[in-house]
Amino acid sequence: AFFIFNQKGEVLISRLYRTDFKRSIADVFRIQVVSNPDVRSPIITLGSTSFFHVRVNNLYVVAVTKTNANAALVFEFCYRFINICKSYFGKVDEESIKNNFVVVYELVDEINDFGYPQNSEIDTLKTYITTESVVSATQAPETSSRITAQATGATSWRRSGDDVKYKKNEAFVDVVEVVNWMGSAKGTTLRADVDGHIQMRAYLSGTPECKFGLNDKLVIDRGAAAGGSDAVELDDCQFHQCVRLNDFDADRSISFIPPDGEFELMKYRATSNIKLPIKVIPTVTEIGTSKVSYDITIKTTFSPKLSATNIVVRIPTPLNTTDVDVGSVGTGKAKYVPGENVVVWKIPRLQGGQECSISAMAQLTSTTTRQVWARPPIDIDFQVLMFTASGLIVRFLKVFEKSNYHSIKWVRYLTKANGGYQVRVSQTFLPHPAMK
Amino acid sequence: MAPRKGENYELSVDLHSEYREKRKDAIKRVIASMTVGKDVSGLFPDVLMNMQTDDLEQKKLVYLYLMNYAKTQPELVILAVNTFVKDSDDPNPLVRALAIRTMGVLRAEKIIDYLCDPLQKCLRDENPYVRKTAALCVAKLYDLRPELVIDNGFLEQLHEMISDSNPMVVANTVAALTDIHIAASSQPSSSPNDPALFPISASVLSKLLIALNECSEWGRVAILNALARYVAQDDKESEHICERVVPQFQHVNGSVVLAAVKVIMIHMRGVRREDLIKQLVRKMAPPLVTLLSSPPEVQWVALRNINLLLQKRPDILSNEMRVFFCKYNDPLYVKVEKLDIMVRLAGDNNVDALLSELKEYASEVDVDFVRKSIKAIGQTAVKIDSAAERCVHVLLELIDTRVSYVVQEAVVVMRDIFRKYPSTYEGIIPTLCANLDELDEPEAKASLIWIIGEYANKIDNADELLGIFVDTFTEESYPVQLQTLTAVVKLFLKKPDSSQGIVQRVLNTATKDCDSPDVRDRAYIYWRLLSTDPGAAKAVVLAQRPPISIPRTTLLGEVSSLASVYHKPEETFVGKGRVGADSLQRKTDASDDRFSTQKAFQTVAAGQQAENLLDFDDTPAVEGRPSGLAATEVLSHTPAAASLLAGTSSNPLDDLVSIFGAPTAAPPSASPHDIFNGLAMNNGFSSGATGSLGSPVTQSPLVANIANVSPRSNQQQPQEDLLGLF
Repeated sequence: AFFIFNQKGEVLISRLYRTDFKRSIADVFRIQVVSNPDVRSPIITLGSTSFFHVRVNNLYVVAVTKTNANAALVFEFCYRFINICKSYFGKVDEESIKNNFVVVYELVDEINDFGYPQNSEIDTLKTYITTESVVSATQAPETSSRITAQATGATSWRRSGDDVKYKKNEAFVDVVEVVNWMGSAKGTTLRADVDGHIQMRAYLSGTPECKFGLNDKLVIDRGAAAGGSDAVELDDCQFHQCVRLNDFDADRSISFIPPDGEFELMKYRATSNIKLPIKVIPTVTEIGTSKVSYDITIKTTFSPKLSATNIVVRIPTPLNTTDVDVGSVGTGKAKYVPGENVVVWKIPRLQGGQECSISAMAQLTSTTTRQVWARPPIDIDFQVLMFTASGLIVRFLKVFEKSNYHSIKWVRYLTKANGGYQVRVSQTFLPHPAMK
Repeated sequence: MAPRKGENYELSVDLHSEYREKRKDAIKRVIASMTVGKDVSGLFPDVLMNMQTDDLEQKKLVYLYLMNYAKTQPELVILAVNTFVKDSDDPNPLVRALAIRTMGVLRAEKIIDYLCDPLQKCLRDENPYVRKTAALCVAKLYDLRPELVIDNGFLEQLHEMISDSNPMVVANTVAALTDIHIAASSQPSSSPNDPALFPISASVLSKLLIALNECSEWGRVAILNALARYVAQDDKESEHICERVVPQFQHVNGSVVLAAVKVIMIHMRGVRREDLIKQLVRKMAPPLVTLLSSPPEVQWVALRNINLLLQKRPDILSNEMRVFFCKYNDPLYVKVEKLDIMVRLAGDNNVDALLSELKEYASEVDVDFVRKSIKAIGQTAVKIDSAAERCVHVLLELIDTRVSYVVQEAVVVMRDIFRKYPSTYEGIIPTLCANLDELDEPEAKASLIWIIGEYANKIDNADELLGIFVDTFTEESYPVQLQTLTAVVKLFLKKPDSSQGIVQRVLNTATKDCDSPDVRDRAYIYWRLLSTDPGAAKAVVLAQRPPISIPRTTLLGEVSSLASVYHKPEETFVGKGRVGADSLQRKTDASDDRFSTQKAFQTVAAGQQAENLLDFDDTPAVEGRPSGLAATEVLSHTPAAASLLAGTSSNPLDDLVSIFGAPTAAPPSASPHDIFNGLAMNNGFSSGATGSLGSPVTQSPLVANIANVSPRSNQQQPQEDLLGLF
């Protein structure tokens, strides 16, 4: 069974695929999960009934089963559903689901039958499930046949050849890397890795056959045999279903017929030779029990031609902080946010090869019991355009099509950190001045 | 006649409106009320009127309504049959598929008779979209009326459809056949010749391998699962399957990757070429690590499975421990799983990095996570001999923090280290004893008492320390009482001269003032042992214990399923109304009814399973035995039970004592000492907080008081039936 609940546990969407459930099973979920503050697992089994849930904004997307279901598949399906809704309604929240519940029901019925996920390609779904009420009476049977052919065909992600026409044939490739870093208090790297994905927007006519090349040398199988000195080691990569996996397995070539419009061509992961765009040097000193002083310096390590934008440094303070005096800020602005117990330091732009620092002093209230402070890590978010932390470069993108048209290709690179670029803080204790 | 006012009345008027838009709007409102749980079944005929329409969206809405209420209005559904049958002949394939899809789920007896003909036609439809929908419809029909499926030859048709030219149709056919296979094989009366079974033959195999590369991601999962069931004829075939499946590792969908991992793990057993195995293992690691950057829920499932895989092939991720370091903002369930995996990956080369990580985690705020981290330190110590000293050092640093729950957990962990490395770290006993006052949790107290009892001869003031607990004996919880009792007896056996008084005192209190039958029984046994044969008492109480290690499970065939997430076999959580009890019962029935005692054990064990179900930390040691925790528990008690059954004496206690007279006869895994020494650590180490003291306590009186068994197990049943009430 499949449900969507709002935060209060009210059912927004309910669809039972099998007979082994009654609708009242939804009440069980409400009582056991929604109104239970201490739920610490995404799967709850009560008796022989298992509830899988994923939270998104203020909603619970829930799948219920009585069998030994494929857990990975269920969660992948829930996330796919969320993605489809995003693409249809722009956002996924209580309001958008309520306003579009008819479409949601249509979708839920189309992407899942008897508990087995069916076609979930957004592009295809959009050809026959639409938000604006298209009266399908006018839809000739031939159109439907074409839709069904696409929904079940070998290239279910693309409309057939002659349907797609563009005046200007263009392809945009965005290489987006999310860099994760965990630094110890001494500044050494505990782990650093890059989750990259290549986003492609293809506006190409007909049925184009694309070939794609990177400066990678996959560690798997190849070793040092290929690539020059600038070759990048990718630990792993995964492709959109349009990429022929067998070709890739045989000779490492990435060839595919792209879906029309935007899609994620590949995901990859790299862990070796990561170029960290920003270095952080934190000094956190506890002075007695009433003060904590912060001295934090950040340095950009990349070429001065580039610059990092939207840098946000979040410096956690102890829970019993009353106020923080932000002493000197090199660049940007810093503010103490009491609600979250952090000092937020924002720098709109910082060029390569520069450094700037902040110093601040947190005042603490005296507490009778010394509370344990978890010392959360300092977290930095930023974006650097035209830079890849892994060093990955797109070598070529070739497009072959029957009509042999000319196509223009654009490539962009972006490295960013959001939430995964952290440095731990160790404290040095100074005795309180009065105790000296 | 319905009242001529109210919401339903208005809706019914609108449903009859002459304007199409108004009618459609009314249907939408009906569906909206239905979703929030209002009863709109009274509008059935009014909604049904709107079924015949060219508007596909409206048709879908009406069908949705029908699916919900067909069961409550069976005699009215018949009115819809005509439209359905007509729709299944519609020139528009979407309409045909919709009709057949909906008919299959109406579940009204009357309509099923009309389903077979259209289904027959749709299975042969020229449009693949209709065929793939019809294939699943067969599974729906089987669920409802299996005999109709068999009589109409739908099964044969499905088998033919495996050769369909369209990969999506093949995938759905496989899904349907598998569904039917599972339903058929779970029937108690199923025979190996049941036509509903779906054996994967060599010819099916080759078709599946072809379809695999072309079908949708979900279809791939269905096909891969079928491949996993195939039994390869020789090593060449296994190799072939592995080579064909390996490319799927690169798929972006995590469930496809896990399904592929499962197939490879299963068929790798048949591969004999060492280089290929190495290559496969090497290729498996990167995609598994990549799964860690998926959303937390998928990540969690992946982690649970990685944990399983590591138990089979510890070499897969040997160099990857760092990727499992916890991020500060990981959800707790992910962190806990990562901890477990890190311990599994720990080796001489990375233990220092691991320990400094674990120490870091032990200073976080979440109490559960801190405890698990400390536990992980203990497991590392038990796993890697050479690192034990460093682990102990870290633990001592943690005890120095004086944070109550940190100290308590550290004490519990120290107990395990003492157990694994007897008389190695006696030097730290004073430090532990210094924290005696801080301990308020039963497990921590019991652990410290166990340590004191174990080293009674080396601790000068052991009698004094134990005296504290004897003084407050009746106020303590049962596990602490049991442990105190045993520890004092150990003390007496080691230092008989100085501790006569205290042993008298504790036996007196335990037999007279204690309200737990477990504690009283144990006290009586000790008393009798001590008074009749102190030598035997020594043999029992001070017996050698089997060494402990980190538990393992083997559920390879279950990769990525719910079972793999729980690390429990399927029958423990999938049952017909009652958790696992059914299947266990069935197994016992096969043997002999006279062994009712044995059955009682199993029922209790099943009840325990039910309790443990929600406790994810629990990793029962299943080494190819039938049913998880139940099996191990039963096993560890069988020697005692067997002698009990064999014995002629009517007094079970006498029997028990006689067993202990010759402890060498018992196999080490079921050493009687385990039953009587409350800590029973070979089980306890894995099951953590609930298990290590809990299970022996509930189990040991069982041997003595078989009469008590049934009411106990019954208490556990209501919990399982709770769901039945809804």
